[in-house]
Amino acid sequence: MTSIAIPRPAYAERPWILDWLTTVDHKKLGILYLYTTMFFFAVGGILALLVRAQLAVADNTFVNNDAYNQIFTMHASAMLFLFIIPVWAGFGNYIVPLQIGAADMAFPRINALSFWLIPPAGLLMFSGFLFGGASDVGWTAYSPLARSSGVGLDLWIISVIILGVSSTIGAANFMVTMFRMRAPGMTMFRMPIFCWTMLVTAVLQLLATPVLASGLAMLYIDRNFGGSFFDPNGGGNAILWQNIFWFYSHPAVYIMILPGMGIISEILPVFARKPLFGYKAFVFATMGIGGLGFSVWAHHMFTTGAVLKPWFGFMTFMIGVPTGVKMFNWLGTLWRGSITFEAPMLFALGFLSMFLIGGINGTFSAAVPVDFAIHDTYFVVAHIHYVLFGGAVFAVFAGLYYWFPKIWGRRLDERLARIHFALQFIGFNLAFFPMHLLGLDGMPRRIATYSESSGWETLNLISTIGAFLIGVAMIPFIINVVMAFLRPKDQPNDPWEGNTLEWWTTSPPPVHNFDSLPEVHSERPLWDLRHGKAAH
Amino acid sequence: MAAHAVATQEKQGLSNGMLGFILFLASEVMFFGGLFAAYFIARSDAREWPPVYLLTPEQVAAGVKLEVEFWLPFIATILLITSSVTIQLGVFSIQRGNRSGLIRWTFISIVLGLVFLVMQVYDYSQLHFGVGDTIYGTTFYTLTGFHGLHVLGGVIFMGIILARSLAGQFTAANHEAVEACSFYWHFVDVVWIALFTTLYIIP
Repeated sequence: MTSIAIPRPAYAERPWILDWLTTVDHKKLGILYLYTTMFFFAVGGILALLVRAQLAVADNTFVNNDAYNQIFTMHASAMLFLFIIPVWAGFGNYIVPLQIGAADMAFPRINALSFWLIPPAGLLMFSGFLFGGASDVGWTAYSPLARSSGVGLDLWIISVIILGVSSTIGAANFMVTMFRMRAPGMTMFRMPIFCWTMLVTAVLQLLATPVLASGLAMLYIDRNFGGSFFDPNGGGNAILWQNIFWFYSHPAVYIMILPGMGIISEILPVFARKPLFGYKAFVFATMGIGGLGFSVWAHHMFTTGAVLKPWFGFMTFMIGVPTGVKMFNWLGTLWRGSITFEAPMLFALGFLSMFLIGGINGTFSAAVPVDFAIHDTYFVVAHIHYVLFGGAVFAVFAGLYYWFPKIWGRRLDERLARIHFALQFIGFNLAFFPMHLLGLDGMPRRIATYSESSGWETLNLISTIGAFLIGVAMIPFIINVVMAFLRPKDQPNDPWEGNTLEWWTTSPPPVHNFDSLPEVHSERPLWDLRHGKAAH
Repeated sequence: MAAHAVATQEKQGLSNGMLGFILFLASEVMFFGGLFAAYFIARSDAREWPPVYLLTPEQVAAGVKLEVEFWLPFIATILLITSSVTIQLGVFSIQRGNRSGLIRWTFISIVLGLVFLVMQVYDYSQLHFGVGDTIYGTTFYTLTGFHGLHVLGGVIFMGIILARSLAGQFTAANHEAVEACSFYWHFVDVVWIALFTTLYIIP
């Protein structure tokens, strides 16, 4: 094995605070992304607990109506724009260059810009609380409501545009990195699955985010310069906003879930001791979801009556097909595997079961008549939380437990991880399963309270208890992380017997990532080495 | 086991920078796509175009007229198309190693871009409607305004190219930024041709 002496760059000797503030190293930026997004996850989580506290009992006055509107709006906005979407950029930043055997991203300084746009945008969005109230029109900001809301919505618009710029330039960066910087021997069809999901995500971000930016610009012009884009009195069209918004925000739900699917597809083969079942089928299914993702946006708008319902209903059923293919990929991978249940695997299996429920109740909503009955009820809230919490957030934790030894050189404690998983899994189902029933019983989303005669109190109380249990589940996780940081770095290169190149280098990797690279003959070069399969 | 040294060799074809720049332009196309979509939806919603029936009596009394001047923007269009030719001549010059040609053509392109902007601002000052005067005014100023900002961005981009060529930074082998700049300027030009056709020619 060759070992190359690489001269240490001068910035490595600067004071550490300056080093972190000016770094262009994809690993440090990845860590900054993870810290920042986990911070906003905590903020969004506290807002969620306020929502649940208000809804715990009927006719509650814990928060007033105006505050409630701001709280649920900022909960969704923080979770979607400041947590889920950028957290994948964080994982992608750290892991993608390592998995393809590159020394860094294609454009390290643009990478730093992508990150540094996020904290100010987050502060801007939340600064509404200081100026007469944050945005209070929901994360969807429909007109005409959005035309008359306060200054908090203007701050929200600017913040989301900035976050969109971050996400768009980040997408171009990921695409060039994966197209151009792969290790010798790594063809596109030998690229690890997580990279593939990040690549398709990047395509969606690059093409969908600017459309949202154009819509946000129109909303800003309507609100501040007397424009009529969404005002029928001036010849505009309120439904236009919904079309533009969902043209971005439906692909955005795949932006929020595809990298999570990628993480699961890295973890299942490692802990089942089998290669991923149907690698190419998985890649094509990912591309299929990406492509079809642009043709289903109006299923959010069936009840407007202004969209072609058979087309969008049919396409929405169609997009269930590639998702179903992936489910079989995962099950086929587990089939007769030598499964072990370490923390990453627990969360991956949690993803599998919860995302399945989210997929099924989503397909219900694709049927137009069913959607007319459950539109804007808590059934929809249950659906999005089963895919975005049961899916994406479980995948975030799976990824954190899986790559923690690589990123920080320390292993998280398994017992605490199991407590975390059990509390989160039970709390999650307690919190969100009752919402299906509430929705079918007609409870509308976004209401600040409900009367005792509605009969919704018991299920809401169960949901609130579940939500607080999720909050409690974070305690063992935080203790686990803090205790890990108190221990010395002791992890070998490959603590899990991983398959992909990030496990070839040290934990954590050196600044330049690799001193050497093995030959790449498949999407799992380290597996090939262990099993003596030099040729594929 | 065989092991490769870590290599960072350049691949053939488009450089990483150019590929990234083209992806950026793709995102710009989507941005303008959203604005154009808004315009066409407004037109398909309207009973007639310009939608004079939407004007309130107050707006009519204030002298609002939903009309645009054709010839001034037409001349501006000719100038912008010309500037696309001149920036390309600059690229051809530096490809042959002709630095003074690059400087000359870039300078001419900047002047043409600035004249376009001045004509656009003058045109705005002559119009009898504002951004708040029906969807007609809103779409007109939003579409041409965002395009104008892109022209300004392109002029600044060309200004940087001019400064760097004066500093002698470009050669026949190394002038990627010039090509990226020309791509951007052609993009701005194509958007304008689409805009001019949409706003001034389609009845």
